[in-house]
Amino acid sequence: MKLTVPELEKKAAGLRIASMKMIMGAGGGHLGGSFSAMDIMTALYFNVLRIDPENPDERGRDRFILSAGHKAAGYVPVLAERGYFSKDLLPTFNKLESRFGVHPDKNKIPGCEVSTGSLGHGLAIGLGMALALRMDGLDSKVYVLLGDGELHEGTNWEAAMGAAQHKTSSLVAIVDYNKCSMDGPIDQVVSLEPLVEKWKAFGWDTIRIDGNDMAAVLAALQNAAGRGSRGAPVAIIADTVKGKGAAFAEGDYRWHYGCPSDEQLAESIKALGGI
Amino acid sequence: MAELSMADIEKMSARDAFGLALSEIGAENDKIVLLGADAIGSTRAAGFAKRFPERTFNFGIAEQEMVSAAAGFAACGKIPVATAYGFLISLRACEQVRTDICYPNLNVKLMSTHTGLSMAEAGTTHHSTEDIAIMRSFANMTIVAPSDSLETVKAVKAVIEYPGPVYLRMGRGETESVYSEDYEFVIGKAVTLREGSDVTIIACGIMVAEAVRAASTLASGGISARVLNMHTIKPLDVEAVLLAAKDTGAIVTAEEHTIIGGLGEAVAGTVCENRPVPVVRVGLNDCYGIIGPEEGVKQKMGLNAEAICLAVKRALRLKAR
Repeated sequence: MKLTVPELEKKAAGLRIASMKMIMGAGGGHLGGSFSAMDIMTALYFNVLRIDPENPDERGRDRFILSAGHKAAGYVPVLAERGYFSKDLLPTFNKLESRFGVHPDKNKIPGCEVSTGSLGHGLAIGLGMALALRMDGLDSKVYVLLGDGELHEGTNWEAAMGAAQHKTSSLVAIVDYNKCSMDGPIDQVVSLEPLVEKWKAFGWDTIRIDGNDMAAVLAALQNAAGRGSRGAPVAIIADTVKGKGAAFAEGDYRWHYGCPSDEQLAESIKALGGI
Repeated sequence: MAELSMADIEKMSARDAFGLALSEIGAENDKIVLLGADAIGSTRAAGFAKRFPERTFNFGIAEQEMVSAAAGFAACGKIPVATAYGFLISLRACEQVRTDICYPNLNVKLMSTHTGLSMAEAGTTHHSTEDIAIMRSFANMTIVAPSDSLETVKAVKAVIEYPGPVYLRMGRGETESVYSEDYEFVIGKAVTLREGSDVTIIACGIMVAEAVRAASTLASGGISARVLNMHTIKPLDVEAVLLAAKDTGAIVTAEEHTIIGGLGEAVAGTVCENRPVPVVRVGLNDCYGIIGPEEGVKQKMGLNAEAICLAVKRALRLKAR
């Protein structure tokens, strides 16, 4: 499935609304990070990833790991829209015995490769996958979506060193750099800067983009996808806006987790094109 | 093992036996990949690394990364054998073991060396005396602690063939031989090393040899002790434990580990819930290991036949109440 940039933009707008409704049904969710990363996840699932929801275990598929697992409120509607399961299940989000919790669960969600949520695990798991797939002569890519606050966890940097050492250019890290973590603006919590230079110093190629500009997101992902499996790994530093697409939440760290009102939903539906 | 006799293997340390077995099994199963954390030499996995460099991955001193990467390998169909010292796998990479490997029930083999007090002179930072307790608490986990080098060879083979996450616990130094002849090793099945009717000593790892010695001493004093080698701590051989409770009416456990959460509590919990009889635990009594040569430290910390004999006498007094 390869949607064009305007089609992807429309898809991302619709997914933001689906996510907001799902969050409201649950009485709250991680809106801020789900929305900042929505353009990246939409581009991956509707253009870039070599996947088949009919054959979710196909050996040669690309892998996606939502290492910043709290963005599940955005990820789960993406998987449903892509056809891994019925959209009718979305209202069960966070309900008793649901498949969908605040963090995504591999054991319960079709299409989900790894149970995440505890930060700092995804990149190293992705590294193991990239090495195993390369051993088997498969050209599959492994994409790992990281939060910016997540990069406070030292294990990311262990994996960054390991990936450079093992030359896994089939491993692509994407940092959703929305500049906020849970306690506040990230520069006031613990700054990541200079972030691009950090990845470079760890031996990675870097691409810095506006992560809410669909054309830029798609170009960066396609660039990263074309580097074979035995070279420098690539980190896409995606500057994003926390809560992007929900005017009331944009740039406000307090919307890391919350529940929009009916008025805020109506306002967002209008702003996102009435989908 | 093809090239080596049992006598050769008996002279080896558990980790050397592990390295030998891994290298041989590696030739039969190309799904096995070796993951190391800058200790491939000292965990004795170097033989495999030399023979199969394309299947060997060193992550440097980064055990958390290694364990997470193992999950990635297993998710793509490999059988990752992740090697490190016991305290590093169980403490440093604890959350990675639980969340990345045990929850998704991945086929990862955690080969843990230098466990217990086998690196006693390295100091308390390097002692692995809580690892069984930690690993036991994870659903889906299997824990195997062989008693000597021969059993280690058998255990490595069994562990590789056993589906799901396994923690294999091995010491650093030479082991005292428990077995003089060949036998069948089955994960989850205790081995009765000596029959007895007054008490049962249930031990794992290097404490099995101490248990056998204790039973001989006790026999000369007229006490008949059964000895069970509980090489698999999880899943516990409940049948063998309850039979011991029924037949002998008193149990002593022995492990090179804290008495909190280890083999002793596994046995005690099973006995309490099903057939209450006295259970007395031998191990570290809620304390840390001291520093010194392994043998001296073991004696000083009460990890020996003498301590087991004292525990048996206490268990028999409780039984007589």
